[in-house]
Amino acid sequence: MVRTGAQILLECLQREGVDLIFGFPGGAVIDIYDELPNHPIRHILVRHEQGAVHAADGYARASGKVGVCLVTSGPGATNTVTGIATAYMDSVPLVIFTGQVPTQLIGNDAFQEADIVGITRPCTKHNYLVKDVRQLAFTVKQAFYLARTGRPGPVLVDLPKDVIRATAEFHYPESMSMRSYNPRYSPNRKQLRRAAELIAASSRPVVYAGGGVIAADGAGELTRLARDYRLPVTTTLMGLGAFPGTDPLWLGMLGMHGTYTANMAINNADLLISIGARFDDRVTGRVDAFAPQAKIIHFDIDPTSISKNVGVDVPIVADCRQGLVGLMEELARVSGVDWQGKHAAWLAELAAMQREHPLTYASSGEHIKPQWVVEKIYEITQGEAIITTEVGQNQMWAAQFYRYTRPRTFLSSGGLGTMGYGFPAAIGAQLAFPDRLVVDIAGDGSIQMNIQELATAVSYQIPVKVVILNNGYLGMVRQWQELFYNKNYCATCLHTNPDFVALAKAYGAEGFRVERIEDVEPVLRKAFAHPGPVFVDVRVEPEENVAPMVPAGAALSEMLLV
Amino acid sequence: MRHVLSILVENEPGVLSRVAGLFSGRGFNIESLNVGPTLDPTVSHMTIVTIGDDQIIEQIIKQLHKIISVIKVVDLSEEQAVEREIVLVKVGAEDSKRAEVLRIVDIFRCKVVDVSVDELTVEITGDKNKIKAIVTLLQRFGIKEFARSGPIAMRRSMQLAD
Ligand SMILES: Cc1ncc(C[n+]2csc(CCOP(=O)(O)OP(=O)(O)O)c2C)c(N)n1
Ligand SMILES: [Mg+2]
Repeated sequence: MVRTGAQILLECLQREGVDLIFGFPGGAVIDIYDELPNHPIRHILVRHEQGAVHAADGYARASGKVGVCLVTSGPGATNTVTGIATAYMDSVPLVIFTGQVPTQLIGNDAFQEADIVGITRPCTKHNYLVKDVRQLAFTVKQAFYLARTGRPGPVLVDLPKDVIRATAEFHYPESMSMRSYNPRYSPNRKQLRRAAELIAASSRPVVYAGGGVIAADGAGELTRLARDYRLPVTTTLMGLGAFPGTDPLWLGMLGMHGTYTANMAINNADLLISIGARFDDRVTGRVDAFAPQAKIIHFDIDPTSISKNVGVDVPIVADCRQGLVGLMEELARVSGVDWQGKHAAWLAELAAMQREHPLTYASSGEHIKPQWVVEKIYEITQGEAIITTEVGQNQMWAAQFYRYTRPRTFLSSGGLGTMGYGFPAAIGAQLAFPDRLVVDIAGDGSIQMNIQELATAVSYQIPVKVVILNNGYLGMVRQWQELFYNKNYCATCLHTNPDFVALAKAYGAEGFRVERIEDVEPVLRKAFAHPGPVFVDVRVEPEENVAPMVPAGAALSEMLLV
Repeated sequence: MRHVLSILVENEPGVLSRVAGLFSGRGFNIESLNVGPTLDPTVSHMTIVTIGDDQIIEQIIKQLHKIISVIKVVDLSEEQAVEREIVLVKVGAEDSKRAEVLRIVDIFRCKVVDVSVDELTVEITGDKNKIKAIVTLLQRFGIKEFARSGPIAMRRSMQLAD
């Protein structure tokens, strides 16, 4: 049957199981919008294209499905770039459809023309300019295939207006295979055996897990591995939720704002079992001093992540879940090891460290402590909420003081560190799970970077809760200025913040302000019980710092405990 | 160390910029880059000469594989490969010099491909050492124009054991 490009596109989305897209219209995509009401696809009209991409990203991280966006050419397309780069750094599966000027005008500096394929080449897994409507269905199929397989990532499809309007016979390919793309999922047996031998021979092993475990749906397997073989676990920011934060084997997050115990465990380990993590500089600190005594086993689906920053003894290219399953099979074959007793001394040493240097903060003073607010959010939600974060101190406190027990419950821009991520991501996560409580733990600076999405939350009554840890500063930058730049607080004071409560109300949302310690809990409870979107403006200690801290470029063992 | 990478890619728009962008974006070196068709019209062949230690070369190869449009990457170390490059040189060849220029052309088995009263254009084919030698010799006659293709390479059929 002959269809228009617009019909083909929407038909393809249905075949891919897409029932929700985030978008913003314009001249180049008006034909797609014209066709949209004829398809059972819900469209969420955002208020800025960056919001569309972060919302699709939050939806994807929370659900594990591919997030989808539709925007117009030129400025619509360029507005998506930060969102795409955010998703790329954190390996989030997205497909972004951008309108483009008609093919005969491409390259003419036409109205609202931008070379978005060129612009996004380095921050997409792959991208396409569709020049012929007969290629459209195949391209869409391939875009989804690439986004969700291997190491997931964003894929952009640029659609010239004449292609959208042209007609063709519609065939949707049943399956997809590519000669140039064959991700390796199953681990090499020999390498698994070597890994098992190293684990059996180690006396101070540490599991260092990252977002790859969550992306591979391997959190259950990770938990089983650690518990069965008594292995202590630390995760990256991206890995929070891959292992229960309430388990005695949990050491906390590692890295720049990691726990003392996690960082010292890395420092003293004789074996590092890295699973779906990429030795990011915020994790390793000074790289030549990272895990100086340890042999390293590294599971990753992306070969480029292995031995990129740190040399590895046993590289295992595989899907993390399959890698974990295989490793446990090999460990089960190892005989004569008393796993329960084997690492007892090491675990006792780590437990003593945890008692000695827990995550902490001074609770004195009349100001509300931001860490305490996060602890209260944890208590009230009993760890059942989906938490998103902005970037800065709010993000680190959300990582440190809330205990994540399940994967896909902590959504944060780890790799790119994008202020303005958390609020639209919360909207996306809430749409994936309408019945769950979704809370954006925000900063007063970051929230203003996509605050226009209040209109989106209100118009669809998406009941996200935004808790602003309002310190009146671009706090994380101020902290660096305090510690490393002689308190030269240049351009970090936000003394002209808006009245967030009045602002929320102006948009038609609910808003509360909290200035006294005793009001924190009741107001949070009231906010979380409210059926619609809410902003809670919590005035916290203005000059509180995130601790511990490994100064940039220092070794993990050179942490400041402040 | 200098490495010659032989790369098969999908013949589609933008593929050159994906590969070149990888090198510039990650701070890898490109000494030369050469692209051409293959017998299969859907596949193009690139030859890239790059420099780096083993770890960098390993990353470059892995990163190239990661580009969706890249089908195959082969690292041709110098001993195992035949390498050829083509150069066109326009040298000054007034009457007094002409015989000497032609003698060098002859010794190196190059070809004269264009002539005028005071210039000769010489085509040189060879590996980088031969090219270096002849260009050094021609320099004193005055090189007026110079165009160099960058090498293409192929694995030798017979591999000698180290
Ligand atoms: C888009 C963007 N611009 C700049 C930065 C640099 N930056 C990192 S944290 C931070 C401060 C964020 O302030 P706020 O949202 O109030 O959070 P706080 O640290 O005070 O909790 C800034 C400016 C960034 N991460 N993202
Ligand atoms: Mg702040």
